[in-house]
Formats: sequence, structure tokens, C-alpha cells
Amino acid sequence: MSDEEDIILADLDDEELVQQMMDDLYDGMREEIEEGVNILLERGWEPYRILTEALVGGMTIVGADFRDGILFVPEVLLAANAMKGGMAILKPLLAETGARTIGKMVIGTVKGDIHDIGKNLVSMMMEGAGFEVIDLGINNAVEAYLEAIAKEQPDILGMSALLTTTMPYMKVVIDTMKDQGIRDDYIVLVGGAPLNEEFGRAIGADAYCRDAAVAVETAKTFIARKHNQAPA
Amino acid sequence: MSNALSRLLETRDWLMADGATGTNLFNMGLSSGDAPEIWNLEHPDRIKTLYSLAVDAGSDIFLTNSFGGNASRLKLHGAEGQVRELNRAAAEIGREVADASGRVVVVAGSVGPTGEIMAPMGPLTHELAVEMFHEQAEGLKEGGADVLWLETISAPEEYAAAAEAFKLADMPWCGTMSFDTAGRTMMGLTSEDMVKLVRGLDNPPMAFGANCGVGASDLLRTVLGFSAHGVERPIIAKGNAGIPKYEDGHIHYDGTPELMAEYAVMARDCGATIIGGCCGTMAAHLEKMHDALSTRPRGPRPTLDQITALLGGFSSASDGTGDDVPAPRRNRRRRG
Repeated sequence: MSDEEDIILADLDDEELVQQMMDDLYDGMREEIEEGVNILLERGWEPYRILTEALVGGMTIVGADFRDGILFVPEVLLAANAMKGGMAILKPLLAETGARTIGKMVIGTVKGDIHDIGKNLVSMMMEGAGFEVIDLGINNAVEAYLEAIAKEQPDILGMSALLTTTMPYMKVVIDTMKDQGIRDDYIVLVGGAPLNEEFGRAIGADAYCRDAAVAVETAKTFIARKHNQAPA
Repeated sequence: MSNALSRLLETRDWLMADGATGTNLFNMGLSSGDAPEIWNLEHPDRIKTLYSLAVDAGSDIFLTNSFGGNASRLKLHGAEGQVRELNRAAAEIGREVADASGRVVVVAGSVGPTGEIMAPMGPLTHELAVEMFHEQAEGLKEGGADVLWLETISAPEEYAAAAEAFKLADMPWCGTMSFDTAGRTMMGLTSEDMVKLVRGLDNPPMAFGANCGVGASDLLRTVLGFSAHGVERPIIAKGNAGIPKYEDGHIHYDGTPELMAEYAVMARDCGATIIGGCCGTMAAHLEKMHDALSTRPRGPRPTLDQITALLGGFSSASDGTGDDVPAPRRNRRRRG
């Protein structure tokens, strides 16, 4: 598209700029996102407003199209990379203003499983949605999960497995949590391409999340429910 | 160049491959999280049993216990220094079982994905991927594999790197991808894209196709997508026996042997020449599949509706081919 080369972000009004940033996030254009964030900051926008309206708003659309099979992993990685560019500018400013996170998650791929592409997408999308994420990486034994949740006290524990040979390990972790009487202290979400809702329930997880977009939606739902149940 | 697989393909118009590896090894006592490949050295008797299950059920081809046998995967278990040894053992045991069968059975050296994202999006360079696949290929070749068998691949770059590595090892090969995300691979590749990928390779596979994924229906939709572009080389269909369920402390796939028999016959009608199962496909499934393929006549190419009527619904409305591809929610502007 020849006329597209002429977009000057600084010439757009706020509303047009936010719309353009959503397009640019969708296209994974990191430099344009960084430029857009800086322009909005210069125009006096609060960092938290930029985060939620432009970045989280844009990533929500990326997530929806990922969920619906319109975007795939390469495009989502590009979008997440662009998001990271914007976040790198906003993070120190958000820390100064003490902006809240909406929840905390410890996440990791289970022992024996190297596959972390889906897990990384969940991490990025959760951060994009305003969660604090502690990523334990791949190949986590039950001890690694327990140590991390004891130390970090997250709202959510996320586990991922992609292989027939590693899926049952998620139940090992949940059963150990039950034995220690701490299972119900956390929201446990599981994911991985071969799994399904019934599998998630059978191993004692709170929910199975089909993809990163669903993980974000599910996490928000459970966090809201948890807050509603909390003593006033 | 002639090999056991090419000779079988000259005389037969369908071949049966094997079923599950992981599901079977669990039943023999493999612990979740442990590397199945270590058993090639520690429990060769059990691996022999695994291969024999497929051969006794009538499989013409079986895959070696080396799916995770690349340096990147074995590193998790501190066994990255044993790539050659573990792969050689996987193929040696296979050779022994095949040679004792009294008929031609193809030992296919299984090569799974590295689990890494390739550059520029991820850390794995093309050179390193070729090196890892080559190391594994040499081990399988030394152990006596007839062909190499790349499976469960998502990224076209990784498929191409393996093709290059197998050329270095001077081994014939077959290669399947896993179409588990809205009818495409995780990286967004459609069945049509894979046909183009295979056509464009310097060292193309003897046969190509789909394995694993979401279920029998989705897999056959993918096979129809392949065969719609002509059948220049044999198509492989290796679908899961349904979807995984957790029952009585172990994983169980819900597809019955009868269902897999229907799937096998339908896969052949869809244009597949090499038909097998993947996760959850046990000896009982393979026996029914073999019976059905041997005794039932070929039928016309099934429609999508006939597939869903017999095997259940698809996981997504579109598989990215044809005209009904959903539109992006945002406008796209120039790239980069």
C-alpha cells in the first residue's frame, strides 16, 4: 500500500494515534510503538492510561485473532516484541506512580518438557494484560513449583505440558499441593496443545486454557471471583 | 536409490505405519517427565516389546524410540552427550525386530522437533539446527535405520533444516508436520503451504504428511488439503486415537479401535498411502486398522461432511485454505 509510507504518528490526534498504535502492535512494529508511547507521554498522558488503552487494548485484539486462528505464533511473537518495546518505556514510570498490577502468576513448563512457546506466549499476554508474571522456564520439578509459590505468593499457578509423556506430571504437582494443604490457596491453570477442559478437571486444575488469549480471560475471571469471595 | 520403503511402495498401494510410542511406554512403567530415549540403553527389552507390538499388529513401518533424541531435548536430562549412542541403540533394536519378522518391515528413525524457535524470532540458528539434526541422523544411520522420519514439526524453517541435515547423512527420509492450531501448524502453515514447502526443497522427502494434532477428523481434512494439489509423492496420515483423558491415574485416548479402523480406511480414500496412528494408538487399534485396510474396498474421496459424520467435528471452522478464511480485526500497514 503505497500511501501507507506517509503516516506521521506525531501528526495524528490522540484518538487516531491510539488506533494507529493498535494497527502497529498488530503488525509487530516495535519502533513505531515506542514512538507512539513517547508521543502520548509528551502529550501528558498518564503511563497507566497508555498501557491500558493503547497497548493492552491492542494486545487484546491480537489475542482475539490468535484465539480465532487468524494470527499464529510468529505474528504474536512480533506483536509481543513490539509491546515489550512500549513496556520498557512505561515500566519505570509505572513503578514511580505505584500503578497496581491486577494479579500475580507463577508459570512454568513441567519436568521433561522443553516446549515453552505456548508458555512464553501466555507470559507475554498476561503481562500485556497487566499481570505480574514470574516465569520459571522449562523442565520444572514439583519442588521448583512449590518453592516459587512459597516465595512469590502468587494468585495463580500456571503449568504447561505438550507431550503425552509429560502431561501427567501436572497432576503430580497438584497432588503434592493437596497433600501439603495448599492447593486451594492458588488458582491453578493448565495449558498445552493436546489437553482439553475435561483433562484439566480430571487432574484437579481450576481450568484448562486453550491458548494465551483464553488464559488471560480465564485468569481475569478467576481473580474477579476471588476478590468477590474475599472477606470485606 | 533403493531402500526398504521404496521397494514396498513399488509393490503396494497402501502401507500401515505404527501407533503411539509414549502411550505404550507409560504402560511399561515410564515415569512422567523422564526421557523415553534413555530406555534404549537401560531397558532395550521394553523397546523391543514396543516395536514388536506394531510389527505383530501388521505395521509395515515402525518409528524408533528417538523422537526427543536431539541435543536440545536430551539436554534436559543431562544426556546431550549421548545423542549418537541413544539414537544408534534405538535403531539397532529396531533392526533386530524388523529382521526377525520374516517380511519386509521398514525401520524409520524418528526425529522430532528441537523445541526451540528458529531465528530471527527465536534463538536457534539454521546452522545449529542442521548440526543437531545431522548428529541424530548419523546415530540412526549407524544403528541401521532404513529411512529417517521427521515428525510433529511446526515451523517450515525447521523442516528445511532437517532436510538439509538428512542430505549430509545421505539418508532417504519422510517428514510430517503437526496441524494442531485451527487446522494449521502452530506457526500458521496450512496444508497447501506444506505442499509448496515440500516441492521447493533441494532434498525433498520420499513421502510427506501430517501426524498428531487434534484428532482424526482434523487430520483427514489436512490430508484432503494435501491431495487437492495432486499426489506427486506418497502422503502420510498419522492421527491421534481421539483426545487425551485422565482416567485411573493414567492417560487414555478416547478413540476406539473401531473408530481408528474407520479413520484408516477414510485416510486412504482421502489420498493417503502411508497410514498409521499417533498418541493413544495401541496394538488393538493397529490390528483393527490393518484388518480394515486389508479387507475393505477403496471408496470415493470423502467430503468434509462425511468425515465429521463418521469421526466427529473439526476443531475449527476453517483450516486456512479456500475462501472462508477469517479476516484480520485490524488494518495491516507496511511491514518493517
